[in-house]
Amino acid sequence: MYSDQYRYTKEHEWVLVDGPTGTVGITHHAQSELGDIVYVDLPKAGALVTQGKAMGSVESVKAVSDIYSPVTGEVVEVNNALVTAPEKLNEDPHGQAWLVKVKLSSPDEVNGLMSASDYQSYIGAS
Amino acid sequence: MSAASLQRTPLFEIHKNLGAKLIDFGGWEMPVQYSGIIDEHHAVRKAVGLFDVSHMGEIEIRGPQAFDLINYAATSAVSKIAIGQAQYAGLLYEHGGFVDDILIYKVADNHYFLCVNASNQLKDFEHIRSINRWDAEVTFSSASYAQLAVQGPKAAATVQKLTSVDLSTIRYYRFTDGAVCGFPARIARTGYTGEDCFELFVAPESAAPLWSQLMQAGEEFQIRACGLGARNTLRLEAGMALYGHEIDATITPIEAGLARNVDFSKSFHGEQTCRRQMEQGVTRKLMGLQMRGRGIARDGYEIHIDGAPAGWVTSGSPSPTLNLHIGMCYLPASQAEIGRTIHVIVRGQPVEAVTVPTPFYKRAK
Repeated sequence: MYSDQYRYTKEHEWVLVDGPTGTVGITHHAQSELGDIVYVDLPKAGALVTQGKAMGSVESVKAVSDIYSPVTGEVVEVNNALVTAPEKLNEDPHGQAWLVKVKLSSPDEVNGLMSASDYQSYIGAS
Repeated sequence: MSAASLQRTPLFEIHKNLGAKLIDFGGWEMPVQYSGIIDEHHAVRKAVGLFDVSHMGEIEIRGPQAFDLINYAATSAVSKIAIGQAQYAGLLYEHGGFVDDILIYKVADNHYFLCVNASNQLKDFEHIRSINRWDAEVTFSSASYAQLAVQGPKAAATVQKLTSVDLSTIRYYRFTDGAVCGFPARIARTGYTGEDCFELFVAPESAAPLWSQLMQAGEEFQIRACGLGARNTLRLEAGMALYGHEIDATITPIEAGLARNVDFSKSFHGEQTCRRQMEQGVTRKLMGLQMRGRGIARDGYEIHIDGAPAGWVTSGSPSPTLNLHIGMCYLPASQAEIGRTIHVIVRGQPVEAVTVPTPFYKRAK
């Protein structure tokens, strides 16, 4: 479930780096903890996001949760399909329900994020 | 509060084995959801759901003057209920704010059984004792009861399989003492979801076998185990108050739109403020709201009218039945008419909403 290709944050986001761009999403664990997701707020294309800073929010029936950017850079693409179909975040959080693509301004940042095995022990322990 | 100090119901192990998500609810480790809040919510609206509400408290008032005490402690017309009937009421402080909201079950002329909110039960017990100037015995009985709520259009069909009591003879807000699966049970047609409903008060050791039997009896209707998450969305759609949200120590029944549950022909604890508000009017009123803009109202969010702070959201949530975002809120009485455009402040941004009547949902009769 947790691909070695991705890096993970303590706030339960993932990033997949492909050349100059990072694709960002929330983890399976995050969607499972939230329950039925009914709303998502995402930054607009062109917005600047900063590693560790809130870039949007996701809401389930019961809870509101900020989304923290795992990377710093400029948003170049937004998965707007999620706005009308937020339940996709429950169904395929590591695939179709990616949130944004970010042009990385400090690619080395991702080295500070967790590997798949580190993340799995992190969520196992928390 | 650490998990170790949380209280648990007799069904805790069952919830854990069902994979429920457990939360701290007023000091109780309770299931918030099993299959998912939306799925559980729809099960109750369309068929039947089973809730563990054993965290609720029970207080009993007995004795020759039991009526005098409960009729003074409660806002409602207790004199009007018959043996075997239940009634919703407020318990008020001297200043008119809520100690709690409760259900009064009249077991006998000298015996009233109260079902009270979990986190208020000790406070309620102390409060009732403190105003007891009659020959009435007040007993804290929470440890003697577990409570299961069977809710939904198939609730009667589910429970009927397990009891020889003819459930069609128990009308809404009536109850009878009988047996379910052979376990002595107080069988009440009461609930907190806006659907047909039964609440079963049983001995704690009966709770686990009864739960399993109810799940089996409801299998043909696709019964769902339901948690506090669905309980909240269901009661919000039905426009029912939740202590700590729509009502608390600072709110009176008149402000909360519960004047119909106040009997002004009698004397009751906290009456002065209620009477004054009935004569002079209230300064704030509880209203329903429906979001128009993109955003979800949540408990505690601020409300603006014409750009100025005007009130707050008491409960807000998506409504799975209506597929809208709804809520309840307090607004200045002078601005509390239905159809008014208001703005809910969602993460610093005003999002448009409109005031609407409650309940949001009413079942077809």
